[in-house]
Amino acid sequence: MATVELRNVRKQFGTHEVIHGIDLLIQDREFIAFVGPSGCGKSTLLRMIAGLEQVTEGEVLIDGSPAQDVPPAKRGLAMVFQSYALYPHMTVAENMSFSLRLSGTPKAEREQKVRTVARILEMEPLLERRPSQLSGGQLQRVAIGRAMVRQPKAFLLDEPLSNLDAALQGQMRLELARLHRELNTTMIYVTHDQLEAMTMADRIVVLNQGNVEQLGSPLELYQHPATFFVAGFIGAPKMNFLDAEVKTVDAQHLTLMLTSGTSITVPAPLQKLNANEKIKLGIRAEHLALEPEGELRGEIEALEHLGPRAYLHTRLADGTRLVAQTDGDTQARPGDHVAFRARSEATHLFNSSGRALTRSDPQAEPC
Amino acid sequence: MRRIGQVRWELAIVVWAVALGMFFPILWMLLCSFKTEIAAVATPPALFFHPTLENYHAVLERADYLAFARNSVLVSLGSTLLALALAIPAAYSMAFFPTRRTRDILLWMLSTRMLPAVGVLVPIYLLWRDLGLLDTVFGLILIDSISVLPIVVWMLFSFFREVPAVILEASRMDGATQIEELVHVLLPLCTPGIAATALLSIILCWNEAFWSLNLTTVKAATLTTFTASFSSPEGLFWAKLSAASTLSIAPILIFGWMSQRQMVRGLSFGAVK
Ligand SMILES: Nc1ncnc2c1ncn2[C@@H]1O[C@H](COP(=O)(O)OP(=O)(O)OP(=O)(O)O)[C@@H](O)[C@H]1O
Ligand SMILES: [Mg+2]
Repeated sequence: MATVELRNVRKQFGTHEVIHGIDLLIQDREFIAFVGPSGCGKSTLLRMIAGLEQVTEGEVLIDGSPAQDVPPAKRGLAMVFQSYALYPHMTVAENMSFSLRLSGTPKAEREQKVRTVARILEMEPLLERRPSQLSGGQLQRVAIGRAMVRQPKAFLLDEPLSNLDAALQGQMRLELARLHRELNTTMIYVTHDQLEAMTMADRIVVLNQGNVEQLGSPLELYQHPATFFVAGFIGAPKMNFLDAEVKTVDAQHLTLMLTSGTSITVPAPLQKLNANEKIKLGIRAEHLALEPEGELRGEIEALEHLGPRAYLHTRLADGTRLVAQTDGDTQARPGDHVAFRARSEATHLFNSSGRALTRSDPQAEPC
Repeated sequence: MRRIGQVRWELAIVVWAVALGMFFPILWMLLCSFKTEIAAVATPPALFFHPTLENYHAVLERADYLAFARNSVLVSLGSTLLALALAIPAAYSMAFFPTRRTRDILLWMLSTRMLPAVGVLVPIYLLWRDLGLLDTVFGLILIDSISVLPIVVWMLFSFFREVPAVILEASRMDGATQIEELVHVLLPLCTPGIAATALLSIILCWNEAFWSLNLTTVKAATLTTFTASFSSPEGLFWAKLSAASTLSIAPILIFGWMSQRQMVRGLSFGAVK
């Protein structure tokens, strides 16, 4: 049970600053995910919360009290590492009870706690094995078990699933979500995989080059990306982007000229736009519909069948690539010339500096 | 297959030749120790002779072998323990909390091994005299541990570096203090390496002659002093010297032979993991 607060946290390695002043309040019992591309500073941020890395500037508060001078051992947090970092010279049971041994818990109580956790994680038969005798998925469980035994204030997880195969990842995602519900403890989860963040987290922090791009619930990020970066990072397939130029603008409507030469009219944003201003138009695959009269014309390059739906990978006349979602039983074939209509109220607009231009009307729900 | 077999075979010859070359002086010494003084210096050397134990009798009669041996044991164990006690924290900090200067410090430490010990003989002698450490076991332990320290630090450093830092971080997250992290995680993980380091240090200290010759006379003298006392500028002494040398190296030779498995395991510790 803990809140974790970051106040203007900066981190430099030597003279190189990798975290540029982050403010964040993580609520008690929240499942929060740090997501971003490789090297954006996710692990560094997590390690500063853990106390494994010094904060160069700013403050980390755990349960409201400054943690700078508290060593990792005393912060009451547990961490699950990407490489698991189990003690190779100890059995699974010893690995799990190590923290209890250090805190002087009596042997009987230690054993009882280890057994309880082992039962929850279904790894009782493994207790006497050594890490070298376990599979990746089993190591993973032991690492999580080791963290659970301590009953920490919060769990810190650094890409715990990235060494597992896809099937196991899917299974562990569900299991972690279940564990979070059962343990009812704050979890801070680092991943570069937006899908993991989207499926498990209550809130997501999108990081890019040491800055917070956006903070919000998975759906908020999906429906209202605040920046061009978030729009491109969250959601699969990736949002489609079209270069456009403002032609005319009035209170209700914005007419854009696409590079292909066609024009498209969308609801106008609240911010003022000038004619001839260059912007980006974003549209998700599910908001494009096949329509003979559609404004986006192109040729299908590849078809991706996923059963219930299919993705049409299309190349527009000006060379822009577009992914559109359609029914699983589509008759379209690679080489076909097609046209799409964009659901204009579901489009996203980004100015030249990458900020989203908001509208007053609520966005359409994704279907 | 044939080719590999052939290479192996040739390699075996080379290895045997080198090993025999290194072992030959010891074998010769062993043979000499059973010869009479006359036979020991005869040219050409006699390969067949009547073995005699008279040198051993003479040597053991003239000096209290056990007293020297006890000092050797105390000094080599004591120096090794002291060196480990100093080197473990040093190597731990250099391996896991390196600074820009860490490599320089390591190289500098090693470079002190290249300094001829005689270069610091006078200052050390005076210091030891003023501190009352001359001819004391403790004084010898102190100087021996200082002289093996660079090698011990260097070896421990390279063993510690094989341990992923994240395992130590995990123990920190589990609530371990630095001492607990060292005792419960790092040291157990490096046991083979530490054992190899300790064995090497014991052997080096056992064989150390310079300081024991110069800083001890009677009370704290070790087997190297014992051996040296049988060389004299004139007269026949080869056979007795050989007997004394054999007595000096026998314990460490047996010790080394018994511990060679640990040594090999330790020295290849990183490679097999
Ligand atoms: N000990 C260090 N010394 C110097 N630079 C470092 C150190 N640790 C990390 N960095 C740098 O800080 C930046 C952020 O690293 P970090 O490990 O936090 O990224 P990440 O978001 O976790 O990436 P990944 O998804 O690849 O794990 C990177 O540019 C990295 O090179
Ligand atoms: Mg990382």
